[in-house]
Amino acid sequence: MAEFIRFDRITKFYGPLCVVENLDLGIAKGEFVSLLGPSGSGKTTLLMMLAGFEQPTSGNILLDGTAINAVPTHKRDMGVVFQSYALFPHMSVGENVAFPLQMRGLGKAEIAERVARALDMVQLSALAERRPSQLSGGQQQRVALSRALVFEPRVVLMDEPLGALDKQLREQMQLDIRDLHRRLGLTIVFVTHDQSEALTMSDRVAVFNKGKIEQIGTPRQVYDEPATRFVAEFIGETNLVEGVVEAVEGAEANVRLTSGAQIVSAVSGTVAPGQTVYLSIRPERVDLTEIRGDARNCLETEVTDSVYQGDHLRVQLQNAAHPLIAKLGRRSREFPPGTKVYAAFSAGDCRVIVP
Amino acid sequence: MKTIMKSGILAAVAVALSASLVSPVFARDLTVVSWGGNYQDAQRNIYFKPFSEKIGKPVLDEAWDGGIGVIQSKVKAGAPNWDAVQVEAEELALGCADGLYEKIDWDKMGGKDKFLDSAVNDCGVGAIVWSTAIAYDGDKLKEGPTSWADFWNVEKFPGKRSLRKGPKYTLEFALLADGVLKDELYDVLATEEGVARAFKKLDELKPNIVWWESGAQPLQFLASGEVAMASAYNGRITGINRSEGKNFKVVFPGSIYAVDSWVVLKDAENKDAAQDFIAFASLPENQAKLPEFVAYGLPNKEAAAKVPAEFSKDLPTDAANMTDSISLNVDFWIDNAETLTQRFNAWLAQ
Amino acid sequence: MSAGLSRTGRSLILLAPLLVFLIGFFVWPLFSMMSQSVSDTAVLRLLPRSAEVLPGWDRKSRPTMPMQTALMEDLKAVDDDQALGDMVRRLNSARSGFRTLMSKTTSALGDPANPPADLVSIDKRWEKPEFWLAIADALSPLTDRNLLAAVDLGRNAAGDIEHLPADQSVNRVILVRTFWIAALVTFACACIGFPYAMIAASLHGWKRDLMLAAVLLPLWTSLLVRTAAWFILLQERGLINDLLQTLGLIDGPLPLIFNRTGVIIAMTHVLLPFMVLPIYSVLITIPKNLMPAAASLGAHPLRAFMRVLLPLSFRGVASGSLLVFISAIGYYITPALIGGPGDQMISSIIAFYATGSANWGMAGALGVVLLVATLLLYSVYARLSAEEPGRR
Repeated sequence: MAEFIRFDRITKFYGPLCVVENLDLGIAKGEFVSLLGPSGSGKTTLLMMLAGFEQPTSGNILLDGTAINAVPTHKRDMGVVFQSYALFPHMSVGENVAFPLQMRGLGKAEIAERVARALDMVQLSALAERRPSQLSGGQQQRVALSRALVFEPRVVLMDEPLGALDKQLREQMQLDIRDLHRRLGLTIVFVTHDQSEALTMSDRVAVFNKGKIEQIGTPRQVYDEPATRFVAEFIGETNLVEGVVEAVEGAEANVRLTSGAQIVSAVSGTVAPGQTVYLSIRPERVDLTEIRGDARNCLETEVTDSVYQGDHLRVQLQNAAHPLIAKLGRRSREFPPGTKVYAAFSAGDCRVIVP
Repeated sequence: MKTIMKSGILAAVAVALSASLVSPVFARDLTVVSWGGNYQDAQRNIYFKPFSEKIGKPVLDEAWDGGIGVIQSKVKAGAPNWDAVQVEAEELALGCADGLYEKIDWDKMGGKDKFLDSAVNDCGVGAIVWSTAIAYDGDKLKEGPTSWADFWNVEKFPGKRSLRKGPKYTLEFALLADGVLKDELYDVLATEEGVARAFKKLDELKPNIVWWESGAQPLQFLASGEVAMASAYNGRITGINRSEGKNFKVVFPGSIYAVDSWVVLKDAENKDAAQDFIAFASLPENQAKLPEFVAYGLPNKEAAAKVPAEFSKDLPTDAANMTDSISLNVDFWIDNAETLTQRFNAWLAQ
Repeated sequence: MSAGLSRTGRSLILLAPLLVFLIGFFVWPLFSMMSQSVSDTAVLRLLPRSAEVLPGWDRKSRPTMPMQTALMEDLKAVDDDQALGDMVRRLNSARSGFRTLMSKTTSALGDPANPPADLVSIDKRWEKPEFWLAIADALSPLTDRNLLAAVDLGRNAAGDIEHLPADQSVNRVILVRTFWIAALVTFACACIGFPYAMIAASLHGWKRDLMLAAVLLPLWTSLLVRTAAWFILLQERGLINDLLQTLGLIDGPLPLIFNRTGVIIAMTHVLLPFMVLPIYSVLITIPKNLMPAAASLGAHPLRAFMRVLLPLSFRGVASGSLLVFISAIGYYITPALIGGPGDQMISSIIAFYATGSANWGMAGALGVVLLVATLLLYSVYARLSAEEPGRR
């Protein structure tokens, strides 16, 4: 896919504070990219610069190959959905949705038709005469969404749009937005601090930390193949175990843990023997057996606690040198504390991370 | 609501209410009311304080800006919170006719024959004789105006003029400027033709007039050079010369003098003490001290005789100053003030 | 049931000071002002015999002997000086000359040694029908003459309403001028106050405090002092003219004082807080992201302002304008000191009638006219703000 948006060495300072540092990012047309990170990591600032509410201190933002730094917001043709909806309280739902079309000088009939279509798309046709204050939070967000889409913007920007909704509604909206994205072929840049939201919706996820992108990739990549310790810990839960590389063979490395155990792990970067690294092992990839099986990696441990959590069983283990967490499926048998077990996982379920 | 408050009605009612609510509880000290400013400062020194020492009780003093409506609302509400008040001649005549004042005990005052005729009234004792006259800055105009005709002559004496906003004095001055003799002044003004003539004369000067409303304004305008001449109270003119070293001149020919009087409000709590106070303030030895501070004429003939020549020459009652000046016709104004004010306002608004 | 009653009783007791205050200082004065403007009993009360005789008079011819006798009897019976004063004031207001005429008449009647045969022998003026007409017209307990006169109308000899002669018609001109000046001041306050409030609302911390303090500061100094300060600034050789001349921007001094310009400047300054504060309080409740949202939807900043910020802050502008306008129509000191003769506002006329001539009827009537104008304005405001969207 051709690159549509390009952040070219963007740096942004607020006074002495650097919020975005020398950042490069490309987004393809029709792509759904999430900017994921903790608050203060620079993801919202980047979105604000794309919308034109903020100016980069240095660097260029290109849209379709043209620098848009000097283009004012109202000429950028980007639909923005705000966390707090930003609906105009003095206009009805219909008037809110008609607003961007009026700004573009469209005829009355066309406006009416497109507003009807846009409201229909979010199933709010019946509420066109209402004021925003008479709607629920989810309905308001759908109005905001249809207002941002009605003028067929080149890019849709969403700044934590679902943050104010409760869990059930949020999950429904996630699916709705993903569906809209697919149906309309929109280019969406979506800011969130909720990793599951990012994983659910995006084509690609850019993980932000301290003004930089730590990793960018498909949800599967950032989850299964975290490039850095930050990504491994920020997305999902993981076991991080320290060790020293003994040998590297192709895409696999032999790592000796401090407990003395030998582990074979997949490697995505370059490591050299003798290097101190972390191993990231996702808890749900860990199997527990009472007899040593034929798995390539097997650690001798003892169960310290076991918690039933409905959809899974969370078992805390203690190895000679470090704790370990395993998440087992519901069908798994219970392990009472004190039980000696083997924690087994394949080389592909475990990843070497260079600190 | 502010608008109505401004009209004074609410304020007057509030004063009346609070007075009627509060005053019966505490015995109020003798309260004397005068015109404020340096005049009242002088009065405090030579009348209020010595009288307070004499009777051994405090004497309160307040200032007011005149207006028969103020007196009326206080007396009507019952138990007024003022006792002795200095009023202008019209307020004396109106209030006396309306029964707003106590009758004066002239025996206490030492007898009517001790005073100028115009200072004797059933309801009031003359306190001062004062003039409204042309004032100009002697440092700026070497050869100043000598009559109201000069005041109207903006070619000979360029610059703006200042007059008190209102028909009283203004209409008289206009007729004098138009050549009416002083003895015929009020006869002319009493006719419709005379009033029309006065307004016609005022039309001539209208573009050059800056109107004043409080007594300090005309002197301020003279001092800042805003106007070349103004009508002003003679006491103020002499006062500013003494206090600020100005060289403002008073033109007594054509000036109009009037008597201010002390009155005692009807049914005032300290009405007897108020009469005693007025008697004290009318004693020749006390009254004679006033011209040293303010250049107002004295209604007590004995007191007038005691004033040293250096102060006496500035007084409206000085023989030389009296010759060509005119006495305000109070009867004319109590009859016609309302109609002429309405007409004056209409003329101003044109 | 009894518990509920006692609770009502207790809350009534708690409210009592407020009610007493409201009735004593608000309802009653207002009511008395309105009744003063239409009540007209000062003459009727003292002249019961004349009231019986006068209606039979043809209003044109010389007064008859029974009329004169009745009036003499009435006047002899009066023993209340203040009531007499009220009557004379009422009559003199309708017909100049009554004051001296009445005092001459009453003192002649009070002389037992020399009883006059009729009124004409006391003063020739009693021959004239005008004076009797004034008495005859003052004998009904209610009158509309004050209210009519407040808008320059009067009744002619036949009792029809007609315009007063031009040389007595000043109230309407001054009322219109009062409303015009108030409207100009309101407009000027809105033009300055809105951007000011917008900037203040967009700032934070000490900068915002400073801006609000700057606008509140004038409220803490007396009106007279502020007006005097403007006098110093605006006069011909004042600071502003000196500065402009020193900078070479003007050749001669600008006429800033004793004219409308000065009045508008000074009143705008004095009343600005009443515009800024309501607008500010509305602006800070408007979400900060609406303007960016409008921009992202394609609205030019000016259109975004017109379509979003202005309608949303309308309530503040409306209540600010109402406050400023209503305060402005009552202004008195500022036009008197800074304005010229053509800038006199209605309050100075009211003050003349109230304190200067104790004509409470006219003062009340002009007050009623202002009150009616204010209420009309308020009803417009109430309707506008009820229709105003986004507020439910």
